[in-house]
Amino acid sequence: MENAFTIAAYVVAAILFILSLGGLSGQESAKRAVWYGIVGMAIAVLATLVGPGSGLWLASLVLIAGGAAVGYQLATKVEMTQMPELVAIMHSLVGLAAVFVGFNADLMINYIAGVYEAQGLVLGTVGEDGLKAIGLPKEVHDGLSTFGQLIAKKSSVEIGILRVELVLGIWIGAVTFTGSVIAYAKLAGSSSKLPFTVDTGAKKLPGGHFLNAGAAALSVLLLIVYLSGGGSWALVLLTLAGLFIGYHLIMGIGGADMPVVVSMLNSYSGWAAAAIGFSLGNDLLIVVGALVGSSGAILSYIMCKAMNRSFVSVILGGFGGPAGEQMAVEGEQIAIEADGVAQALNEADSVIIIPGYGMAVAQAQQAVSELVKKLRAKGKNVRFAIHPVAGRLPGHMNVLLAEAKVPYDIVMEMDEINDDFPDTDVAIVIGSNDIVNPAAQDDPNSPIAGMPVLECWKAKQVFVSKRGQGTGYSGIENPLFFKDNTRMFYGDAKASLDKLLPMID
Amino acid sequence: MTPESATALQKLGHTCVIEAGAGAAAGFDDAKYEEAGVEVVKTAAALWKAADVVAKVRAPNDTEMKKLRDGQTLISFFSPVANEKEMGQAAKKGATVVAMEMIPRISRAQKMDALSSMANIAGYRAVIEAGNNFGRFFTGQITAAGKVPPAKVLVVGAGVAGLAAIGTSTSLGAITYAFDVRPEVAEQVESMGAEFVYLDFEEEQTDGAATGGYASVSSPEFREAQLAKFRELAPEIDIVITTALIPNREAPELWTEDMVAAMKPGSVIVDLAAEKGGNCKLTVMDEKIVTENGVTIIGYTDFPSRMGAQASSLYATNIRHLMTDLTPEKDGVINHNMEDDVIRGATIAHAKEVTFPPPPPKVAAIAAQPKKEAPKELTAEEKAAAEVAAFKAQTKNQVTLLAVGAALVLGIGLIPGMPASFMQHFIVFVLSVFIGFQVIWNVAHSLHTPLMAVTNAISSIIILGALIQIGSSSVLITILGGLGIFMAAVNIFGGFLVTRRMLAMFQKS
Repeated sequence: MENAFTIAAYVVAAILFILSLGGLSGQESAKRAVWYGIVGMAIAVLATLVGPGSGLWLASLVLIAGGAAVGYQLATKVEMTQMPELVAIMHSLVGLAAVFVGFNADLMINYIAGVYEAQGLVLGTVGEDGLKAIGLPKEVHDGLSTFGQLIAKKSSVEIGILRVELVLGIWIGAVTFTGSVIAYAKLAGSSSKLPFTVDTGAKKLPGGHFLNAGAAALSVLLLIVYLSGGGSWALVLLTLAGLFIGYHLIMGIGGADMPVVVSMLNSYSGWAAAAIGFSLGNDLLIVVGALVGSSGAILSYIMCKAMNRSFVSVILGGFGGPAGEQMAVEGEQIAIEADGVAQALNEADSVIIIPGYGMAVAQAQQAVSELVKKLRAKGKNVRFAIHPVAGRLPGHMNVLLAEAKVPYDIVMEMDEINDDFPDTDVAIVIGSNDIVNPAAQDDPNSPIAGMPVLECWKAKQVFVSKRGQGTGYSGIENPLFFKDNTRMFYGDAKASLDKLLPMID
Repeated sequence: MTPESATALQKLGHTCVIEAGAGAAAGFDDAKYEEAGVEVVKTAAALWKAADVVAKVRAPNDTEMKKLRDGQTLISFFSPVANEKEMGQAAKKGATVVAMEMIPRISRAQKMDALSSMANIAGYRAVIEAGNNFGRFFTGQITAAGKVPPAKVLVVGAGVAGLAAIGTSTSLGAITYAFDVRPEVAEQVESMGAEFVYLDFEEEQTDGAATGGYASVSSPEFREAQLAKFRELAPEIDIVITTALIPNREAPELWTEDMVAAMKPGSVIVDLAAEKGGNCKLTVMDEKIVTENGVTIIGYTDFPSRMGAQASSLYATNIRHLMTDLTPEKDGVINHNMEDDVIRGATIAHAKEVTFPPPPPKVAAIAAQPKKEAPKELTAEEKAAAEVAAFKAQTKNQVTLLAVGAALVLGIGLIPGMPASFMQHFIVFVLSVFIGFQVIWNVAHSLHTPLMAVTNAISSIIILGALIQIGSSSVLITILGGLGIFMAAVNIFGGFLVTRRMLAMFQKS
């Protein structure tokens, strides 16, 4: 650790990581930025391997190669619609790794303490000269691994802090692990590869928040027990408490809130890494952990803002109850067939498409892209309006559309395009619901009141591609479907679009 | 009934009969009905005997009233206020009478609202009749034979008929103005391509929603302002179409004699309110007159009959929808559900009782208009002041955050016995969080998914910890470290690869 070369390499790696995140401000620079990240990671790993402290580097390399093979498989096989699941399950790996590394640190402390004891000394005693790390005969000291030597030099206060840090790392790691696994199961639904299935709705054990609060209180208690020399069993219990909180917390959050959950878990995995970095005294871990942690926190904040919900209320699970009687929706949903939609599209000059999770579920992005190509070839102004929380992952829709080769310069954010709806001939809503719900603006008692929404009902005509008359994930009635200028184009999004395509001439 | 609607009625389980020659005027001959499976009976009398449900247009005359029998349902226009006696008779006989004009104006009932259908036709036909009597083009043209100015059309009352007239008139190319006492319809008027005539008048307007979407009586001051505006417009307008009606009242006089006098010769007035006395006092019901100064005033009331085929098919569809609601089971059995808002509202006699007037419907027809406050135009100073205030608030915010942050950091530093080695790492941590916040705010929204994938990949930096530990002498530590390395490696490669895959897909057009 005290190797100057390793530290220098870490500085380079840290800068590369920062550049790699900063580069994501634009589509073109992002392609370069990924390489910064890759190079940074390579430098960091290599520097650690050649630096002091690592042993068994052959085994390490084999393990890395094995991990690489698995990672490669995952990354190349995954469908773009399954991105949320992939990201979630990868978070769980970081969480679990953090738990393991944290446990190792604890084992190491115990081991060093054992070494001291064997010498008839006590770990952490400050010597008469006020210096730390005393007493161990040179040959014993040299016999320890670098990490062991690091611990051996610490005073008892430092050991205490070290313990707090590693507890934090383990605890956050444990929450991240189970939380991510549950998030994965919810996102993947029936295609989940886990041996168990999880209901996608918000579910809580009886006791609700009290269970969470209880587990958190228990964790604090166990931390105190552990710090006052309670031994590793306290740590194990603490981990179990963390695992339970992660499980129960995410179980209580409905599928529609997943963008917040995934970015929150992203943030947690970062903080776990940072906490571990503290306990290992590794600055690069701290830097990267902090970067990832703040990135996830900002994403969560953006998502919450897009839903006009406080972060706390999302985390504590589900929508608050409606504040009062919701406005009754008057009118009827008028269905329309493909030829009617085709006619309207053929006559329209400007079209805005609003995709949602339904498009991802139906794998309709290719058909949408075809449609856009045809319409654009006729000189029509076709654009996409993306709500920040469309889909199950921040930016999910953008990725899907990019996969279907929709040029990114016609894909607009909500704020960019919301004012253009009144001048638009046709708005097509494909598989989205809450993000186009006018009740958010009109009905102060609606559970989503105040949430910014895409004002597609201001377009001259709105077509809604939807499976059936149900209310969707959130269970909120959508007055848009009952408006005079709205026509419902029932059916699976992909099948509907495939029917529509040949009719566009 | 049209052959088409007869087919639909049969699907509901009903059998259909029609009087011979009933569809002739609308261009449907008896053979077509027979083809559609309708039994054609020779006389009206036989039909009254045969049918359980009789649908017709006009209110029944005395002979028809006599034929009405117990248990029979009559669907027609009835004018329950004017024909109170007949209504009583029908009730006494035990017949059920559904008056088409009483269908409540709620969205669900729109498909059976014959008044709207007929008003639509009237509005259209009014423009056509006006054009028929108007000596010039509607649309402006510049031809080799000279320039033709476009006709100017004023539509008073933007209800269904008014809007239909506006649509027809604009599509013929005329410059169309429209007026209505309900300012909230301005948007609808403008959407049809006409210009809404605004009055310079401040008054709390009655919300159209309170009266079921109909206009109500306006104050005398308002009326004055309105007439003054019309007087100002009269000399320029070529065609006036008045459609202003208030339910159960005389039609208001809106186009006075002096306005007629001010109009150019050859101008045309079509008064769709002629039946209720007319919006113009010179109107003669059911007749076309020409005034001294050459203005034609049309007071026809039979516009729907003048478009028999269209009127019949729309009315038939309205009746069919009503029948659909009356036979919810589709088994041919009439289920007169008096709990249903629409059916209850339209029924004026049922089970030997007069059921008029109906109670107000449970559902308001139109959502109440939220009171709109016109957004105030900010002056330059106000804007500047707002900006300064915003900047101040921002500064305050930032300073507060910084103060709190600094206090926290200092507080941690002040904890007695806090080792310097920890503080070194802590500085690195705080700075990194700070950099993270600065950098991430600039990330494009569309790249949030790649951002998550890449942060995921680099959070596997935890591999370093595992790498350091794997060399330990303890077997347990080695195993756990090895697992850590493996999982982090999966993440590193998976994360970066998938990010690259995603970013490669983003293409510019």
